[in-house]
Amino acid sequence: MTKVYSRLVMILTTIFTVIPALAWADDETAEAVVENTISAGDTSFVLIAAALVMLMTLPGLALFYGGLSRKKNVLSTIMYSFFAMIVISIQWALYGYSLSFGPDVHHIIGSLDWIGLKNVGLDPNPDYSATIPHNAFMVFQMMFAVITPALISGAFAERMRFPAFLAFLVLWATFIYDPVAHWVWGVNGWLRNLGALDFAGGTVVHIISGVSGLVACIVLGKRKGHGSVPMLPHSLPFTVMGAALLWFGWFGFNAGSALGANGLAASAFVATHLATAAAALSWVVTEWIHHGKPTTLGAASGAVAGLVAITPACGFVEPMSAIIIGLIAGAACYLAVGVLKAKLRYDDSLDAFGVHGVGGTWGALATGLFATTAVNPAGSDGLFYGNPEQVVIQLIAIASSWAVAIVGTYIILKVVNVFIKLRATDEEQESGLDITQHGEDAYTDFVLSASMNSGFSGLKESSTVVKPMM
Amino acid sequence: MTKIECILRPGKLEDVKEAVNKYGIHGMTVTQVIGCGLQKGRTEVYRGAEYSINLLPKIKLEMVIPDEDVAEVLKIITNVARTGEIGDGKIFTYKIDNAIRIRTGEKGDEAI
Repeated sequence: MTKVYSRLVMILTTIFTVIPALAWADDETAEAVVENTISAGDTSFVLIAAALVMLMTLPGLALFYGGLSRKKNVLSTIMYSFFAMIVISIQWALYGYSLSFGPDVHHIIGSLDWIGLKNVGLDPNPDYSATIPHNAFMVFQMMFAVITPALISGAFAERMRFPAFLAFLVLWATFIYDPVAHWVWGVNGWLRNLGALDFAGGTVVHIISGVSGLVACIVLGKRKGHGSVPMLPHSLPFTVMGAALLWFGWFGFNAGSALGANGLAASAFVATHLATAAAALSWVVTEWIHHGKPTTLGAASGAVAGLVAITPACGFVEPMSAIIIGLIAGAACYLAVGVLKAKLRYDDSLDAFGVHGVGGTWGALATGLFATTAVNPAGSDGLFYGNPEQVVIQLIAIASSWAVAIVGTYIILKVVNVFIKLRATDEEQESGLDITQHGEDAYTDFVLSASMNSGFSGLKESSTVVKPMM
Repeated sequence: MTKIECILRPGKLEDVKEAVNKYGIHGMTVTQVIGCGLQKGRTEVYRGAEYSINLLPKIKLEMVIPDEDVAEVLKIITNVARTGEIGDGKIFTYKIDNAIRIRTGEKGDEAI
């Protein structure tokens, strides 16, 4: 009996000491595996790329658009980009990332399983990026979600009221950006399953922002005085600075989309740079022939057009193809902005559609023409490499992004307008949105006399209603 | 006393200032202005959209001088500011009632 007991005790002790030890061993091997899969090089590259993409919105896009607007609207134009950064960063963490990249629901949208970044931790998510922490991927994608609605603001700048902008911003990100990002990039998204190629966001970022911009500028109507009052860019040096920062940040956008410090990233980097240079060249040459002068604004605009066009293609095409894509993008966007816009008479204030809608559409199509598996084995061959089907797939992706942008933006704007008026009144536009929406003036050099309203009495007396100066 | 008000090409300001200084006139007020006259505007192009800029930048120079100097100063300004092309500007003269130096209270020619 005692023998049996002692045996039992021995067995139990062994079990209770060995099992945890085994469990430890299990943990250790699991940790070792995780440590091995996270690559320091890839992680640092993607985090730096995320910071570069952040720079594109602020100050890049803010300066680019701010310089193109008139003096009295520069701050309101900058605030559109600033608030896209502020609001969408939070929206993305709360539920935007989950809707875009969370576990698939019927190939249309991500589920809310990752709401509040639940399950988005330090371990990699091999579905998207096996070598970097999941939250590095999340924050990189966050910067894309931020810049996309900021791009739209170029179309309605100088006339959309700030409260209406905020409502539009959140609704648009939720109902348009997040689903489309899921279609194209989410695991089991229907366009991804179809085989649509979009390396860094030609459809997701540029087509839907540009097309939504076109819809927005038509729904809001022309700016007061459009066509009779001169509406010239107030600071082209700002615009050039902004364009240069966009170009710089775009290396993070495009090369960073390789999600690793590798050959594909280098290839995307080279393609991005070449297409941009080519597009700036072709925009300037086209306008030189058409109008007789090579302009600085043309060079800046052409560069951005090239960046837009190469975005979906940069991870799939060879350097010489990138140059061709850029050359066509510069001329096409110039014609869209300089000729088409004048003919169709819509008031796309800062040419969000002309550059992003047209450039993005060309880029998405060009990806179907020039893509080659020689550059990226994970991609497909395009028409020029013997696969005409890819063009059809790209056209489906283009058509569906156009459709969702047109219908979705129209509905969102109409709904917002019921609750919050979208369009600044004629008087507000004449005084400028800086004073009427934000109560400040970018260039205070003409304020010769002002009295300080101090403390609480100031709050009472200086009611923030600003009357138009007419 | 006479007030001389001239509209000049912006590039001619320094020459005119130097010439009247040399003659002995030191007080003047200069303003950046825009305006139009015989000179046609210019065309600017932004992203393929042409704008005719009709009001061109000019310099307005004002000075008040003793009557006996007027003829000579007008001659100097006309000579120095002239290029012979359209857009050289104009000179206007006005009779002035009085001038007062705020610091001392001096009046008339002494104040200018």
